[in-house]
Amino acid sequence: MNPLPVLVGKAVRIASRLRGGGSALPGLVVERLDPGFMARALSTLPRGVVVVSGTNGKTTTTKMVVELLEGQGLKVFTNRTGSNFTRGVAAALLGEVDWRGRLTADVAVLELDEAHAVHFVKLVPPRFSLLLNVLRDQLDRFGEIDATTRLLERIALATTGTVVLNREDPRVAGIASSVTTADVVYFGLDASLRSTFPNDDELRGAAGTAPASALPADVVLRSVDGKSAEFEADGTVTRTDLRLRGVYNIFNAAAALAAARTVMAGTADDDRLYASLAAVEPAFGRGESLVVDGLPLELVLVKNPSGFRLGLKSFDPAGCATMIAINDNYADGRDMSWLWDVDFDSLGLGGVEMVSGVRAYDMALRLKYDDVRVGAVETDIPDGLKQFIGGSAGHPKRIFCTYTAMLAVRRELSKITKVEVVS
Amino acid sequence: MTDAPSASHLSEAPADPAKGTLRILQLYPREMNIYGDYGNVLVLKQRLAWRGYGAEILEHNAGDAFPADIDVIIGGGGQDSGQVVIQDDLQSIAPRLRELAEDGTPMLLICGLYQLFGREFRTHDGTVIPGIGVLDLETRGGTERLIGNVVATSEEFGDIHGYENHSGQTFLGEGVRPLATVVKGAGNNAEDEHEGARYRNIVASYLHGSLLPKNPAIADFLLRTAAERRFGSFDADGLDDSLADLARRHAAERPR
Repeated sequence: MNPLPVLVGKAVRIASRLRGGGSALPGLVVERLDPGFMARALSTLPRGVVVVSGTNGKTTTTKMVVELLEGQGLKVFTNRTGSNFTRGVAAALLGEVDWRGRLTADVAVLELDEAHAVHFVKLVPPRFSLLLNVLRDQLDRFGEIDATTRLLERIALATTGTVVLNREDPRVAGIASSVTTADVVYFGLDASLRSTFPNDDELRGAAGTAPASALPADVVLRSVDGKSAEFEADGTVTRTDLRLRGVYNIFNAAAALAAARTVMAGTADDDRLYASLAAVEPAFGRGESLVVDGLPLELVLVKNPSGFRLGLKSFDPAGCATMIAINDNYADGRDMSWLWDVDFDSLGLGGVEMVSGVRAYDMALRLKYDDVRVGAVETDIPDGLKQFIGGSAGHPKRIFCTYTAMLAVRRELSKITKVEVVS
Repeated sequence: MTDAPSASHLSEAPADPAKGTLRILQLYPREMNIYGDYGNVLVLKQRLAWRGYGAEILEHNAGDAFPADIDVIIGGGGQDSGQVVIQDDLQSIAPRLRELAEDGTPMLLICGLYQLFGREFRTHDGTVIPGIGVLDLETRGGTERLIGNVVATSEEFGDIHGYENHSGQTFLGEGVRPLATVVKGAGNNAEDEHEGARYRNIVASYLHGSLLPKNPAIADFLLRTAAERRFGSFDADGLDDSLADLARRHAAERPR
């Protein structure tokens, strides 16, 4: 084989990192020069490839699966930078392979955007796939959530070993009926928790309309309280502490446990799994906590109604100064309708000190209709952030923001506090 | 879900709203609510409350008995699969809806229910899904999806701001007027400049965003009509819509 494309790709990777530029460019270069590079590097892994997809929680869930498997002693390759397109995977691979394009790892766990996953699995059929949910997200990109379901279905159909599905999401669970070659394993929720994690059909209208699922689940989330949770697997209920914030992450922990147990094929050390899970820290912007003026400032990424609802439910607003920053760039979604599928009543008591971002006035208008007091509106994020921090001295702070708003907020915060650099 | 005996009450009306209570019916909130359609209901409810009126919000889902004494009807957009689920029920309540429409009941119909209130929807592969024929219009499945920010202008409501996301293309017949003329975006279809439809007291549109928050003139048209029909008058004490004005101004500057 010709090592040249790998070497060129590595060189581009180094050059683009020095420039501080995008993480996917070297992937593009190697894809062009050597289209078979990625499939070849990933095809030799002893435990194959795990693809994680769905609309909500991919990044944190992927991080959990990686750390659970590392806790079992496996060497895991992953696309840690959050570049969840095929070319991002190729770019991440370039950082890990030797000069002949070989990857030394037991298993790859890859977060893939729904649409790009379909392209990826054609090149690299995964041994395992973990499909989380189909909640309304980026409808301006995919048109309908049923179209997103069909994308996930194609990932399932390309999977050669086992597909791990969310029993509580009818669109995801329904995929099982079209899977013929792979095995199917489920993760699920205790009936008492189903109203806490509504699926897309339950967002509005009568709650809990679907009957409780009769499907057997490998791992079930039994209860959640503040900083700990109980999971059931093989008939044993285990309570574990968690560093992850946000109830939405905790249901995804059940997903990650089921996926890790599946990859370990009956040889998992469950005690170690729970120990690894307890140590998982939140991913970039997913309840990440920074320090400003000696007090915590939490960043909560919100990008669709379910995520925003669960974000509001997960973080107690009492005593905390709140800012919301809403942009409508391509990566955020241009359509503001989603804000009207979120209830903001929980912010009613303390109000929102600052509303910022390109669509700040849409957000402020939304809050007005839920009778939530708004301190100030400033569309410019650096100005808004400055006013927010200056005006709420002495209080812990929390900022809910869309994806590109979060990038802007982090950029500003990095000038005044320590912010982890994510390449 | 077919065993629900009647439309469910979602919120209790205030004990004694000084100026009376209007009953607002949301059609198929379970299947037809994909783009923040609840926002339209919330805006009507709050604009009544801020003026001292009460609002009772009711739902009609497939299988429910259709409620009596409805003042305003709101219908939203759904996915193709949602439209299939409600199809039979919608046909079964069509005579009631037609009667209410002809009688002048104010209605807001967005996207999917806008299409189904027309004569028919002819899909891409030639299948004809019958509508309920309240509105003289028909829809054809298109190959491209019309997606993006829209600004349209009308004599009745001024500029209308919203977001469209549909593959069906709607063409108006003689019996309805366009709601507005498109300034930015596609609107009803990729061929003419029309956006939405007007008939009696029905406002039909492809726009969500949600539509009513940024277009309070349409919200107040629906409320005024309903209140005058129910109480003989409407006390439209000026509300402060400066945030809506600013949201409109910023939305207008955004890319398609």
